Amino acid sequence: MALKIVKGSIDRMFDKNLQDLVRGIRNHKEDEAKYISTCIDEIKQELKQDNIAVKANAVCKLTYLQMLGYDVSWAAFNIVEVMSSSKFTYKRIGYLAASQCFHESTDVIMLTTNQIRKDLSSPNQYDTGVALTGLSCFVTPDLARDLANDIMTLMSHTKPYIRKKAVLIMYKVFLKYPESLRPAFPRLKEKLEDPDPGVQSAAVNVICELARRNPKNYLSLAPLFFKLMTSSTNNWVLIKIIKLFGALTPLEPRLGKKLIEPLTNLIHSTSAMSLLYECVNTVIAVLISLSSGMPNHSASIQLCVQKLRILIEDSDQNLKYLGLLAMSKILKTHPKSVQSHKDLILQCLDDKDESIRLRALDLLYGMVSKKNLMEIVKKLMLHVDKAEGTTYRDELLTKIIDICSQSNYQYITNFEWYISILVELTRLEGTRHGHLIASQMLDVAIRVKAIRVFAVAQMATLLDNAHMLTGNTQRNGICEVLYAAAWICGEFSEHLENPMETLEAMLRPKVATLPGHIQAVYVQNAAKLFATVLKSQEGNTDSTTAQEASQLMIDRLPLFVQSANLEVQERASCILQLVKYIQKLQQKDVEVSEEVCALFAGELNPVAPKAQKKVPIPDGLDLDAWINEPPSESESEDEQPKAIFSKEEPKHSRPRHTEVDEKELARRREARKQEQANNPFYIKASPSSQKVYQETPGVEHIPVVQIDLSVPLKVPGLPMSDQYVKLEEERRQKERAEKKKKDKKKRKEKRSGRGKKHDSGPESEEDITPAHMVDIVTEEMPENALPSDDDERDPADPHKALDIDLDKPLADSEKLPVRSHRAAEVLKSPAEDEEGENVSSLEPKKKSSKEKREKKKDKDKDRKKSKEEKKKKKHKHEEKEEADLLCGQADEPAFQSEETNEVVTPPTSTSADVSDLDFWLSNAPVPSNTQEAATVAAAEAAPAPGAISVTTPDSEPEEPKDTEMEETKSSKHKKKKQKREKEDKEKKKKKKHHHHHHHHGDKGGEESVQNGTVEEEEPLPPMSNYCLLAENSYIKVMMEDADEAYDIQGNLQDGSQVVVSVIFENKCDSFLKSMEFNVLDSLNSKLQRPEGSGPHDSLTIPFQLPPGVSNEARFVFTVQSIIMPQKLKGTLTFIVKNEESSTHEKLDFKLHFTCTSYLITTPCYSDAFAKLLESGDLKSSSIRLEGVNMPFHHLLARICFHHHFSVVERIDSCASMYSRSIQGHHVCLLVKISSQTVSVDAKCDEPTLLGNVLDEIKQTFSQC
Amino acid sequence: MIKAILIFNNHGKPRLSKFYEHFNEDIEQQIIRETFHLVSKRDENVCNFLEGGMLIGGSDYKLIYRHYATLYFVFCVDSSESELGILDLIQVNSQVFVETLDKCFENVCELDLIFHVDKVHHILAEMVMGGMVLETNMNEIITQVDLQNKMEKSEAGIAGAPARAVSAVKNMNLPEMPRNINIGDISIKVPNLPSFK
Repeated sequence: MALKIVKGSIDRMFDKNLQDLVRGIRNHKEDEAKYISTCIDEIKQELKQDNIAVKANAVCKLTYLQMLGYDVSWAAFNIVEVMSSSKFTYKRIGYLAASQCFHESTDVIMLTTNQIRKDLSSPNQYDTGVALTGLSCFVTPDLARDLANDIMTLMSHTKPYIRKKAVLIMYKVFLKYPESLRPAFPRLKEKLEDPDPGVQSAAVNVICELARRNPKNYLSLAPLFFKLMTSSTNNWVLIKIIKLFGALTPLEPRLGKKLIEPLTNLIHSTSAMSLLYECVNTVIAVLISLSSGMPNHSASIQLCVQKLRILIEDSDQNLKYLGLLAMSKILKTHPKSVQSHKDLILQCLDDKDESIRLRALDLLYGMVSKKNLMEIVKKLMLHVDKAEGTTYRDELLTKIIDICSQSNYQYITNFEWYISILVELTRLEGTRHGHLIASQMLDVAIRVKAIRVFAVAQMATLLDNAHMLTGNTQRNGICEVLYAAAWICGEFSEHLENPMETLEAMLRPKVATLPGHIQAVYVQNAAKLFATVLKSQEGNTDSTTAQEASQLMIDRLPLFVQSANLEVQERASCILQLVKYIQKLQQKDVEVSEEVCALFAGELNPVAPKAQKKVPIPDGLDLDAWINEPPSESESEDEQPKAIFSKEEPKHSRPRHTEVDEKELARRREARKQEQANNPFYIKASPSSQKVYQETPGVEHIPVVQIDLSVPLKVPGLPMSDQYVKLEEERRQKERAEKKKKDKKKRKEKRSGRGKKHDSGPESEEDITPAHMVDIVTEEMPENALPSDDDERDPADPHKALDIDLDKPLADSEKLPVRSHRAAEVLKSPAEDEEGENVSSLEPKKKSSKEKREKKKDKDKDRKKSKEEKKKKKHKHEEKEEADLLCGQADEPAFQSEETNEVVTPPTSTSADVSDLDFWLSNAPVPSNTQEAATVAAAEAAPAPGAISVTTPDSEPEEPKDTEMEETKSSKHKKKKQKREKEDKEKKKKKKHHHHHHHHGDKGGEESVQNGTVEEEEPLPPMSNYCLLAENSYIKVMMEDADEAYDIQGNLQDGSQVVVSVIFENKCDSFLKSMEFNVLDSLNSKLQRPEGSGPHDSLTIPFQLPPGVSNEARFVFTVQSIIMPQKLKGTLTFIVKNEESSTHEKLDFKLHFTCTSYLITTPCYSDAFAKLLESGDLKSSSIRLEGVNMPFHHLLARICFHHHFSVVERIDSCASMYSRSIQGHHVCLLVKISSQTVSVDAKCDEPTLLGNVLDEIKQTFSQC
Repeated sequence: MIKAILIFNNHGKPRLSKFYEHFNEDIEQQIIRETFHLVSKRDENVCNFLEGGMLIGGSDYKLIYRHYATLYFVFCVDSSESELGILDLIQVNSQVFVETLDKCFENVCELDLIFHVDKVHHILAEMVMGGMVLETNMNEIITQVDLQNKMEKSEAGIAGAPARAVSAVKNMNLPEMPRNINIGDISIKVPNLPSFK
């Protein structure tokens, strides 16, 4: 045996290995293909051997050949064999090969499921690692479904190396098997806080990737990411998180406010350019989201743009590129700010680097105005001439068209100029965008009536010079332009100066070399021209011209009749017969022109692309109702061809019935007629379509897009035409066009009063703006037709399936398929299987997956058979399966229990998430919100303070009810405020975030009003978050309880921080500025001042207050001891400025830190609570409250709300509550009520603190 | 997401191709050719980002590349990746190649990549997995790669020795194997981009 091994290895020595193969290929440069084919033959021989080492070597060589472009899929089965080797060396080779050449349609992938599962649970971490790596490249929906659970277990593996890979691969699993997202998500979230940085990074990666596509579902993770952002030192992780925040801020402006500070810190502290750049990018996103609708933020945008300018001017090309990239983000929302840097952008257009030029081009789009459009386009045209590569030139071409046609040609003041630009663009050889130019020509000619004369003349020239465009027809996209030219000349032939000439040009034999669809248009429009010629000759006694025209048609058309293209052939033969008949009539001197013209009469109207969809559904017509009851199940299954309205109402997704009754048919016919009537490409027989359009009652709703400029004047007002003339001079080849234009101008001037407005340049500009079009876009679009909406989303996008609400609790049916099914199945006989299937058919989803699995099992069997045939080592295979089975069963209980755990935990944690987010965000100073709150407060307070005191109590009784309901649901008792919000969230789940804002705002207002009124008499009871601090005729200062504390252990060694939010509201009519806030520090509490300032310096408040405005600032205090309540004296100085004068004013106040404000609402479970009480470290104390006249739950809610406790447990009229101080003191309460007497027994490890807290509680209840 | 990682030389010969999305072999070759065509005609001192690859991706995708001596390292990524971050990663990437391969060979050059494409793949697998960045810490990558190589060696054991000897002999007189094309000096060009911790 040993001898055999040695012999085998000696044999192997002389086999060709990868290095030999590479060397061989390098030595056979001349006949590489031949050499490789002999090598492949050798490899095939090697693969037939039993020795796994030889096979592995062969597979390794195949991997190399695959890279060189050789198809190696024929060896897929051998790759699977090598993958299943027990040796790591070979396994790795196998998995590498598989990852390079397996894909979803590789059928042997089916066979790998068990092998992969075995490797995943291998004791050797590298076996697992290699399997995960391989799987990440070729995971299929089946593999994802079958292995999701195994991979999920690996996410909690002891080795970080495995954990990080398992976490990362989950993203691929989600993509292939979206059902796994919800069950796996809690664990994924957990991994965000994994002790290993690699695992953490992987989790961040996955969540960022998920959130990028569906950001709103991940908003609740913001606090967690925020924490990571401030704690992580891994640049890669930071970059990912910061990018993610960039995607989240547009959804939640409050988040942005919170981000600014840490981002700024990062910008100052990091040395990595990559991180810095992403920070800047996200800051921009934040500012954009904050400044939408708030003009005063445009200053900060301006600042950003300035900074970006510095980047763009940098000599490092990478920074230049990125600066432009970031600039384009600002451009979307603040085009004005970017426009001022036009010089710079134009300069970048001349950069030698194409990437930079392309970026600059993108920016140009937003820089144009009526004034500079011509200038910019002229510059671009120069670039077009210079551009060497076709890609860049095509890009230029599309950009020119984009720029000119944006918002309905808003910036074009001179359409003649535009047509000449388009014509000039047709001289580009080899562009792919001929159709684009063509559609522009059509669009302009149809929509701008006054330009038709000019356009037709230009098009006639184009047709005449068609040979220039069709140099090499086949791969030349530019000949598409001829399609437009022919159609325009035909349709508007009445404007042609010499229709006969054009007719001749259109019937040249060379035309037959054009693509079929263009020829068809040629033929059809030749007929139109023919009609025009006849008409022009009407009344002319000499009929030779008309007869010449007929003869020309008869001579030339037979060429088209022979066309291979059916369309051309059919049109040509119809028209040929028609002309022959006309010729006969002409010879009899019958007047035919009128009848011939009638064939093509009628005006065409441009129709908005989505017009059809927007035809309103008549009242009483339910498109989803059955017209006739469906005859049978089977028939209703064949899906109806999607109706045109289906997109409009995605909610009615029932398959529509095939039968259609008369009414429906009539309706459709009507709609079709409408469409035809308005379709410029539909050639109508009826000359009265225009009238129909006006008469039909419902048609105003069809948005007819039309720029009817004929009245005000399309031909340029004088200043514009001057520019145009200048341009013309620069382009000598345009001489002819200019001549015509001058003619036309003369003609125009002759026309009656139309030209009156010519002199006023700007005014005529205004006229040109097609205002009503804008209306159509905004008004007629159904809600879901907004540009960014699902319309544009690719239905095949795998991320659509991942748009899943992650906050909903898991349902049982969502559990991942657990391996136990399979294990059981393998044992079962087929008959039993069927039974099992019947049982599981209750759940259709499971059934189908089961079927698939069964199929796979069959395949497995097949595989076994084939193995037998090939006399492979069958027993090995069986062994493997046995092993699988064993570990499957062994692991099963563990899976089950984990599963149930997860099902239980999410509801509590996720519902907490929602409120957590709001809680977290509400602590951020949000000017927009507080402003709202304050204004509401002011508004309500001003008219009738008495009314408020009535309304607030009214709303009170409702809240406790809510809270009670909540209490029963979860033990995590939060503040009342949050509860209410949560309720709201549940109710309006789908509503947009700003609803919450409103709510927030209102509530804030309510509270501050409440305080405002109460505070007048009472000292400073800790009633709610905001209490009045001080007030005078100028300013009102409200303080928020310092209930946010930073992590003590993490941040500070011996002290702790308390953050105080103060709202400043300007109550007078003057402007308040230079506000400075100062507090007389005590031994115990100190205001944190910026480094370098003295202990008595005051802090400048970073904003000014216009009249009636309020804003919030936060101050951080360092507190040594928290066991006693404290008062700090402070002053606020500010300057009151109005038109006449400015005066210095001062306001004194006292900051009151209650002991309560050092407590943090901390959830506690009853067992932990019990342990705490048992520990005996706690001192106890108690109070009694008499005459408390409120329901118990109301009482509890108050304690929770005002004193930051959470309810641990509640039994009847007795409840235990818990809170923790920022320095880690535990405070436990036992609250009992019996007929208006409340007894509170309390325990705490710090008796002084306890006493004070109890006093405060007492005070709270003495007030009500 | 990273869609593909390509390494090819100044003549467009592929030295490593890793696609994280399936394309058939012909398309893959076409992508490599097109990418080479785009990248190779760019000057040395232009930016490292490139748009407009038609075959791969579309508008959301970018090519981010670095040119070291005879080799181009090209990453095709979508907008979720940070441009400069990927540049850093390429640098880590090439440094890891250099460091790891340095342990097997004295000076790394293009030829080492040619002859040991499998090893390069294994290194890459520790860095990027399924199109997502797995690890950016160079030391961690090198540790894991070394451990796996050790395991491979121990598996080969005595039986592997003769094979190694033979391959050493085969490698000995290779006139074509110039050792002077060093890509070890890469960090000189990018002093302002510190690598990840």
